[in-house]
Amino acid sequence: MKILVPIKRVVDYNVKVRAKTDGSDVDIANVKMSVNPFDEIAVEEAVRLKEAGKAEEIIVLTIGPEKAQEQLRTAMAIGADRGIHVVTDDNVEPLSVAKALKHFVEKEQPNLIIMGKQAIDGDYNQTGQMLAALLGWPQATFASKVELNGDSAHVTREIDGGLETLKIALPGIITTDLRLNEPRYAKLPDIMKAKKKPLDSFTPADIGVDFTNRLQILKVNDPPVRQGGVKVGSIDELIDKLKNEAKVI
Amino acid sequence: MPDYTPPVRDIQFVLHEVLKAEDLSALDGYEDVSADLLDQIIEEGGKLCSEVLFPLNQSGDQEGCHYNDGVVTTPEGFKEAYKTFAEGGWCGVSGDPDFGGMGMPVLLGTVMQEMICSANMSFGMYPGLSQGAYEALHHFGSDEQKAVYLPKLIEGVWSGTMCLTEPHCGTDLGLIKTKAVPNGDGAYKLTGTKIFISAGEHDLTENIVHLVLAKLPDAPDGVKGISLFVVPKFLPSGDGVGDRNGVRCGSIEHKMGIHANSTCVINFDEAQAELVGAPHKGLRAMFTMMNAARLGVGMQGLGIAEIAYQNGLAYAKDRLQMRSLTGAKAPDKPADPIIVHPDVRRMLLKAKAFTEGARALSYYAGMNLDIANKSTDPQEKLRADDLVALLTPIIKAFQTDMGLEIAVDMQQVYGGHGYIAEWGMEQYVRDARIAQIYEGTNGIQALDLVGRKMSQSYGRLLRRFFHPALQFVEDHQNDPDLAEFVLPFAKSLMKLQQATAMIAQRGLKNPDEAGAASVDYLRQFALVALGYMWCRMVKTALEGKENNAGDAAFYDAKIATAKFFMHRMLPEADARFKMVMAGAGSIMELDEAAF
Repeated sequence: MKILVPIKRVVDYNVKVRAKTDGSDVDIANVKMSVNPFDEIAVEEAVRLKEAGKAEEIIVLTIGPEKAQEQLRTAMAIGADRGIHVVTDDNVEPLSVAKALKHFVEKEQPNLIIMGKQAIDGDYNQTGQMLAALLGWPQATFASKVELNGDSAHVTREIDGGLETLKIALPGIITTDLRLNEPRYAKLPDIMKAKKKPLDSFTPADIGVDFTNRLQILKVNDPPVRQGGVKVGSIDELIDKLKNEAKVI
Repeated sequence: MPDYTPPVRDIQFVLHEVLKAEDLSALDGYEDVSADLLDQIIEEGGKLCSEVLFPLNQSGDQEGCHYNDGVVTTPEGFKEAYKTFAEGGWCGVSGDPDFGGMGMPVLLGTVMQEMICSANMSFGMYPGLSQGAYEALHHFGSDEQKAVYLPKLIEGVWSGTMCLTEPHCGTDLGLIKTKAVPNGDGAYKLTGTKIFISAGEHDLTENIVHLVLAKLPDAPDGVKGISLFVVPKFLPSGDGVGDRNGVRCGSIEHKMGIHANSTCVINFDEAQAELVGAPHKGLRAMFTMMNAARLGVGMQGLGIAEIAYQNGLAYAKDRLQMRSLTGAKAPDKPADPIIVHPDVRRMLLKAKAFTEGARALSYYAGMNLDIANKSTDPQEKLRADDLVALLTPIIKAFQTDMGLEIAVDMQQVYGGHGYIAEWGMEQYVRDARIAQIYEGTNGIQALDLVGRKMSQSYGRLLRRFFHPALQFVEDHQNDPDLAEFVLPFAKSLMKLQQATAMIAQRGLKNPDEAGAASVDYLRQFALVALGYMWCRMVKTALEGKENNAGDAAFYDAKIATAKFFMHRMLPEADARFKMVMAGAGSIMELDEAAF
């Protein structure tokens, strides 16, 4: 069993980001960057499967700037075996990412792809689904539990109002939710070993995928500053305000 | 509840931009060291500190350690956290690869120490003491002792202690009474009582390796008759532990701070012991432990100052109280955040200028320790070794004095809330205090500086600092961008040389003169050393601004902080200079009966 785990370099979840003053995008100059938390969970899950003897090789892949190598090394310190890096400074959209992934899936022939359900920067929640469509593979999204049984997987999903368990045939795609596992702290010897694991770099041209964006960002705003509350005198006044001021009912 | 964010960018600034730590890769055994690797380790280590160790800091302080009939239990969560820490390989960051260590630079260990002390000083002492035991055994142990103990200490499944102090003697170890009697088979039976043994007994590891100072039956009087012994709690057997040795924890102390670290009375009752190194040569071995430990304690001062600063700063930005003296700065709010007030800014800037300067100084020492350990060039090795020896008492005493001072200032920023346990600031004040006392009180550090380090080899150690500092002045005094920093620094350096000459002269005739000057001289020296660091950091920041304009705000803040240091902190060196020059008269003249 070969597992492919695509990961993304994103602003660390602890950083409070702000919009750029010209409203063109989020300002991420000189802020701390990390592995997207959902992707870290995906790496951890793959490593656990390998430790349980259910997988032989874990390939971790990222599309991003030169520095995204740091995130690949982090994933390899957790336990991935080798890395693939498509180097680009572009802000690549989900469809382009899915197409690039398809290229490597055809090349590497993994039996399973585990990836975050979404990245915490764009919050698209699309890449896994698009990749499944492009490959014609089954998908199980928002996984909170994964069990492999030979050529199929039982995946428990978090859905509105409860849990749903699906069986998918492999090869297939699983996207992770937050409660799937708690990623480990990388061990010092593993961090050092990760430096020596193979890492292959590619340019977008090497893989023949066009990263031209199809979406255009019109404007990015900070959330509105929270206004102070008011005390209402009666239920009627409350209903009136909800209806006419807040316009929510 | 306080918060902790590892100051990774500031750490990287000192490591990569000021000190060029990746140059260590030229040393034997450090070939793998690169900026990338150091960053990755610091990132992961920092995560462990902030996510695993830090959440146990306040709860550990409130709960403390428990003693029950010789058995000590650490506060809830410590055992699991220690397991994560040890299994992650963090006990052996700079340990010898021959014994399972990671073989990374001591400098990296220094960075980790800082973050660990910020996150949870009490916790940090458990692996910290093991480090001291490791150093002593690594330097002075027999091959057999190394094979038995070092892998276990590096793996963290066994921990270590340093057993020096006895009820009647702390500083003056020549007075110890603990006896070791040969039992005929090359080993010894050791009997006596040791007190104030940090991490002396606990439930984190399967065995505890005590390094104990004791006297042989034929020992000469005083410090020349001290020998060092290794006394495990359980006797090693196969790859694990066997019989319980005659070592028992008599009680644990109730103390002002570091509640989550057990401070023990350890009773040795005919405990089986092995000699480490030669008979009667224990003092030298002890100083090997102590020097590493003293730098470690200096990092406690820095670590506490950093965490106190982070939280003082957050509170000062958040707490709304009164309007700025020059008119409202936050008119949409009922009052301005207190960071607008000059005195609050003064305290915050002092904390910032100290922590950033002390970080540079500590890492500078750490990097030189690596050069001293690994360089194949005898001249360079000696230079680095001298410099570390000189800086050790300065780092220990100055950084721990300032650790308390900054903790108190940051508590002050909180006003009344700083005095309330829930906010966490009073714990930093209590925890910081011990660092001024143990591993040789700060008064003893000052004596070490003027008595030992100053006179050693006719001032050779001093020159290891003065020469590069004077060279820096010469190279940069005509640089207009640096002038406002280099000039005050150059003046302070000159006065330090004057004070040094005065102490050497008068101290030779009357040692009380050196003793009376020592503490003020150490402070003066430390401020000048920080001045040197700030000059170098400004130079680096100016270069950084040019090469990396996107990060200009970061570099500008460094330059502005350096300005504060030159205006508001370095002048204290002048005051200390005057005190030094005043001589011992007023200190020694008053008749004892007149006190």
